[in-house]
Amino acid sequence: MRFDYHTQYRQGFALLPHTSDRVLYGLLIALLLAVPFFASTYLLGELGYVLILCIAAMGLMVLTGFTGQVSLGHASFVAIGAYAHAWLMTQGLPFALSLPLAALISAGAGLVVGIPAIRVSGLYLAMVTLAFSIVVEQVIGLWRGVTGGFMGMLVPNPDLLGLSLSSPRAFYYVCLFFTLAVLLVLLNLMRSGIGRSFVGVRDSEAAAYALGIPVKRVKVGAFGLSAGVTGLAGALMAHHIGYLTPDAFTLLLSLDLVLMVVIGGMGSLRGAILGAILISLLPRAVAALKALLPDAMARQSGMEIFVAGAVLAFFVLFEPMGLNGRWLKLRALWESFPLYRRDTFRRQKSYMRSERNR
Amino acid sequence: MSSHLELFAQLTANGVAVGSIYALVALGIVLIHKATEVLNFAHGDLLVVAAFSAWALIDKAGLSFWLVLPLVALAMGVLAYGIDALVVRRIVGQPQFAGVMLTIAIAFMMRGLVSMGFGTESQSYATPWTGSSTEILGITVADLSLVIMGSVLLIAALLWLFFRYTRLGIAMQAASQNQLAAHLNGVRVKRVNSLVWALAGVTAAVAGIFLAPITLVDTSLWLITLKALAAIVLGGFGSLPGAVIGGILIGLIEQYAGVYLMHGVKDIAAYLVLILVLILRPTGIMGEAHGRRV
Repeated sequence: MRFDYHTQYRQGFALLPHTSDRVLYGLLIALLLAVPFFASTYLLGELGYVLILCIAAMGLMVLTGFTGQVSLGHASFVAIGAYAHAWLMTQGLPFALSLPLAALISAGAGLVVGIPAIRVSGLYLAMVTLAFSIVVEQVIGLWRGVTGGFMGMLVPNPDLLGLSLSSPRAFYYVCLFFTLAVLLVLLNLMRSGIGRSFVGVRDSEAAAYALGIPVKRVKVGAFGLSAGVTGLAGALMAHHIGYLTPDAFTLLLSLDLVLMVVIGGMGSLRGAILGAILISLLPRAVAALKALLPDAMARQSGMEIFVAGAVLAFFVLFEPMGLNGRWLKLRALWESFPLYRRDTFRRQKSYMRSERNR
Repeated sequence: MSSHLELFAQLTANGVAVGSIYALVALGIVLIHKATEVLNFAHGDLLVVAAFSAWALIDKAGLSFWLVLPLVALAMGVLAYGIDALVVRRIVGQPQFAGVMLTIAIAFMMRGLVSMGFGTESQSYATPWTGSSTEILGITVADLSLVIMGSVLLIAALLWLFFRYTRLGIAMQAASQNQLAAHLNGVRVKRVNSLVWALAGVTAAVAGIFLAPITLVDTSLWLITLKALAAIVLGGFGSLPGAVIGGILIGLIEQYAGVYLMHGVKDIAAYLVLILVLILRPTGIMGEAHGRRV
């Protein structure tokens, strides 16, 4: 067991209160910084992609995990970020200016989509966002003048102050920088007044309203923030893909993002990152698994989607708190080793609660 | 008849035919949602499973269509019953979102199994009405479309009678209105809910068997779930007649949009309708009388 003894106020709100945490996370960052020196180009590209997905998952987590607004259409914000960034760069804007602008444009789109969230919630909001993402996909396909339509559009190479960032190593560092920056910003934002108002709206709209939280503004704002972060991921994704076509941002990407958030564990940024890592590694794991199977079975397609479904079903049924919940349990086990009580995390028996008459 | 009017009549006929399928799918989703408050995203994949099994039985095994129809319907009923009894029932009491995620997971697994078992190529099979058509008042309607419209009407009527006059149907209504009260009155809520799933599975089987010959037997058939959602929202969430009317309206809107509006609108018309209805009139056409927040 660990007992905290605080002698200063700032100890109470340190992000990493314990020395062991600081050492471990420091080692992790050092490892991430050192990876390009021994990893292959292919691995670096993949790692960069995982980092981009981490950003996108954190963006969705702000909305779904913290504010309780379900979005089944976040691929549309990835797409808007990616296309806005690529278009701005072809218009001659430098990388460093175009990236935040793309995030802002995506955030603007998020604010617009957030307006229905004032009137509809829950399943209905999920359907609105789903429909929105399908509409966006079609519009991108038809708007040839800007997006190149279904033919696609080439993304210019990124550079910063004359320094090319298109090499895998440089681009990996760019992705790492933005992942850490977004993580730090969101971590601090989510424990500030803004973040607490998000959580308040998630847990009880009526109570939040009674406490003076402007519920409507918080909902729309959460959409904007989430879309902005996801749009940033989209802008980076544009460079990762190199050639944008509408079918890179389909419903399946939206569902993948939701999978990351759910499997990672609602309401925690660590969960978003763990979920993003798991989901993006799943196809690789299935490919590795296929190599072990007999040839006739290995040639079957459809195994990837089956495994993704099975993993999701497993988490929904047996570990609703997600990977983050599992992590917390393991840590509790570790910290209180011989005295661990399983029932601390046991789910209570529950009955059907209607959400029809809220 | 002028060519304008003829075109309009032809579009209307096509729209009603396509809309009937949407209505049938929407009916299945509303049935499950009313009973268990689970929005079944796996419904489209039940359609896919039904279509592929029908293809395998008709085209590969050489069975007659009239044998395959009840066989597949029965099998899908059992499958849907099993899905509820073994999997979906476990998440009772969790937020609605858990149900959405679980049915999406089931949908993924079914889709994966179908492409592992039947391959990923598009298939097609013949029905007794393939290739023939009837001329009514100067417009040509494929016989298959007429059969679809007829069977949707028949199923809707049967469902109405079932819910109105049978003990089981009334038990289902009771369980959907208040599970605890129904349970205290001796309704076996768990079993009744699973039976609702089975009923929805049967409608999915019929929809899949009739839809597949019009389009193709393909795993992308599941996308019809999304159109059905638009139909449900337009008709008023949780209303069975609303689902049928909404489905037919969505079919009509799509057909008209394809001709009278600009290129590309046809594909997104259903979704635009969904968004607009939810923003402007969330209760839809046949929304329930007492106020409910959406």
